[in-house]
Amino acid sequence: MSDDLRIKEIGMERSRVEGALKVTGRAPYAMEHGAGHGVQEPLHAFLVGSTVSRGRVLAVHADEVRGSEDVVAVLDHTNAPRLADTDDEEYAVLQDDEVHFRGQVVALVLATTSEAAREGARRVRVEYAAEPGEHVFDEDSEGDEPEKLNAGLPPSGSTGEPDLALASATHVLDETYRTPYMHNNPMEPHATTALWDLGPDGAELRCFDSTQAAHSVRSTLARLFGIEAGRVHVEASHVGGGFGSKGLPHAHNVVAVLAARSQPGRWVRLAVTRQQMFALTGYRTATISRFRLGAGPDGVLGVISHDVVEQTSRCKEFAEQTVAPTRHVYAAPNRRTSTRLVRLDVAVPSWMRAPGEMPGSFAQEAAMDELADLVGLDPIELRRRNEPEADPETGKSFGDRRLLECFDRGAERFGWSERGPARSRLEGDWYVGLGTAASVYPAYTQPGNQARVLAEPGGYRVEIGAVDIGTGARTVLRQIAADALDVDLDAIDLRLGSSDLPIASVAGGSSGTSSWGWAIVAASRTFRAQHGTSPEPGDESVAGPPKKPVDEDYALHSFGAQFVEARVNRFTGEVRVPRMLGVFSVGRVVNPKLARSQLVGGMTMGLSTALFEESWRDPRFGHVVTDDLATYHVATHADVRDIEAAWLDESDHRANPMGLRGIGEIGITGAGAAVASAVTNATGVRQRSIPVTPDKALGWE
Amino acid sequence: MPRISLTVDGSPVSGDVDVRATLLDALRERFDVTTPKKGCDHGQCGACTVLLDGRRHLTCLSLAVAHDGAEVVTAAGLGEGDELHPVAQAFLDHDGLQCGYCTPGQVCSAVGMLAEADGTPSHATDDLEAETELTDEEIRERMSGNLCRCGAYPGILAAIKEVAR
Repeated sequence: MSDDLRIKEIGMERSRVEGALKVTGRAPYAMEHGAGHGVQEPLHAFLVGSTVSRGRVLAVHADEVRGSEDVVAVLDHTNAPRLADTDDEEYAVLQDDEVHFRGQVVALVLATTSEAAREGARRVRVEYAAEPGEHVFDEDSEGDEPEKLNAGLPPSGSTGEPDLALASATHVLDETYRTPYMHNNPMEPHATTALWDLGPDGAELRCFDSTQAAHSVRSTLARLFGIEAGRVHVEASHVGGGFGSKGLPHAHNVVAVLAARSQPGRWVRLAVTRQQMFALTGYRTATISRFRLGAGPDGVLGVISHDVVEQTSRCKEFAEQTVAPTRHVYAAPNRRTSTRLVRLDVAVPSWMRAPGEMPGSFAQEAAMDELADLVGLDPIELRRRNEPEADPETGKSFGDRRLLECFDRGAERFGWSERGPARSRLEGDWYVGLGTAASVYPAYTQPGNQARVLAEPGGYRVEIGAVDIGTGARTVLRQIAADALDVDLDAIDLRLGSSDLPIASVAGGSSGTSSWGWAIVAASRTFRAQHGTSPEPGDESVAGPPKKPVDEDYALHSFGAQFVEARVNRFTGEVRVPRMLGVFSVGRVVNPKLARSQLVGGMTMGLSTALFEESWRDPRFGHVVTDDLATYHVATHADVRDIEAAWLDESDHRANPMGLRGIGEIGITGAGAAVASAVTNATGVRQRSIPVTPDKALGWE
Repeated sequence: MPRISLTVDGSPVSGDVDVRATLLDALRERFDVTTPKKGCDHGQCGACTVLLDGRRHLTCLSLAVAHDGAEVVTAAGLGEGDELHPVAQAFLDHDGLQCGYCTPGQVCSAVGMLAEADGTPSHATDDLEAETELTDEEIRERMSGNLCRCGAYPGILAAIKEVAR
């Protein structure tokens, strides 16, 4: 498939195209478009969140606020513009008096200054008829089986006779592994600057939005507000991270446009505060995984069984696909997965970096590490003995499966042979241990992408409505375009970041470069077929990949092996990770410089989840109490020591013409389990949950 | 509303500001200086860092009216003309950034930190009497007020080391 794509710019180290703008702070984000972008004297919006988790709004007392200087309007469910579609409860903001979770938007203050809007919001008084809500779950919660998991996966599945196989296995592991609530926390809070413009030909909606998917914000807003998609324009030229939380529109997108709709012709700016993000912009559910593994005397698995309990919001279902990695990594003739979803009166969960794959692979890899102990095998050797010949779930051949190569290369580079028995190495006051775990992530390509190639004097403009959230899309798509058109990099003017450009799928699922890049390759080929190699300025072609782009005869996944050295203070339990190495098999790497940042960034977030991240939900009120960056801890400079990412030299010709498989998420998978494995090796205390806090590290829990 | 005057990146600006306005909001909303970013508004992330009268400063933690007459240098004002400041150039060279939202604060913080490292010890300093050496540990410790969620820390460290050398 990749035979006829030139590979010259692809594979080269290039600095970020927009790097100079970013290091000088000149790259404009969603809240930063001013008069130069046509945003004159914007109004400032500030949200009022519900203080009960379930019930009804009886009254919103805001007369005094309405009369204050600089306040323009106060919107609540009685006076906000009506939406054309209220089926999705997350998006049906200010449409009725029902409260579904604490922190839900129940009012909004619009003012000429942000200070007046904020002060007004503080003074709005809301009366509720509160009802008792349910906010917590555990392994005994009843729940129910969702119809489908995220990504459309089945919630459960069974092959063979798992129960019989467990009864006859020599070694049986039956343990429960847990991951906590986590919040994405991109550095740029979610924000929208919106204008409802009443033109002579009807309304036009313009937004500068902090999103991973300008086109899906456009189509969602068009549907909700009942206007043609062509009249909605969403620009996202620079986005300060997302990690899934900006992959789908959330309530703030709707409420910003409601505010703009109520003040036609005036720009409205709305930024969600860091604290409000913990209720409004998605999060990862906590997961409880019961893993049962049955193995023969040699450690060869006869059965893998994984039963998950997790939660969603009662008002909108999101079912994390925690069982997903269990279906593809290790061989066993008897297998079972199941998912139970508990519906609570809480905020709506959503995508967070490697949804399902991250918590699921933590559970599976921690279980494999524990089984290795039980059988008395080296953890890598256990994995070697359970390497499948084909995808255990589908029976299809893996397009490219080089997991063991990742382990072997990593083991050599990291010095794995120096690993001793548990609690055998004490250096000063520090127990030292080594750990490892597998990483896995599917190779997704999203359908429906299009790109435009336009000849200009001296070069080509290449356009696609994709978004660069910090992944490096602007840079790598330019490299792909240069090769696809067989021209120098300098001849390519790559444009993205707007829904007015050809349709593009979300910057998510590690699918951006494969999906958008393929569209650019297809459009370039169409362009050459239509206009030849000496086109006239103005010649253009728009095209996308074939309808069924991915080779469905193969199971396409990326793999990796992570290695961690952990040091645990024997008195305080403080955990330090001085060394971390990931070796990945991800297909062809388009730009090593930026790819390293993506992989190291994923591993860093994995380290962060392994040691620190945990959103504490108040069981009485149903909201997150650790709702800022002082109490929701993420890794800082001082926590991140030597983190190295390496990859195998390869190209996956079955995945797409570029031979790549996506790199944004695999780094976070397996990282937590590798840390847990290393801490277990250091202290001799088995770690079955993250974050590995000092109490857990020393077994004082 | 009280009127304040500032020098921002070498240019004078002045205007009326709400007494409740933070220096960050005054810069971003009143004076259209959006280089310092608002990541948390509570002094927890460092994205709003500027050099205020030569020292690094969290603009979200101070009121604009308290800084009448101050000299503010943001990441946009560090370089000479079109030339990037050496720290900014090193960030670019070592890919010490991804989404770019924490970056202006990181760059300002790095420039301020290098100027502060004049022998003053930090939490990471073993010998409080000796001349402080800017080791990796010292740089990480002194930069830990600036969070980066993309995980560009290794690139940032490499960039700062290159300039410190």
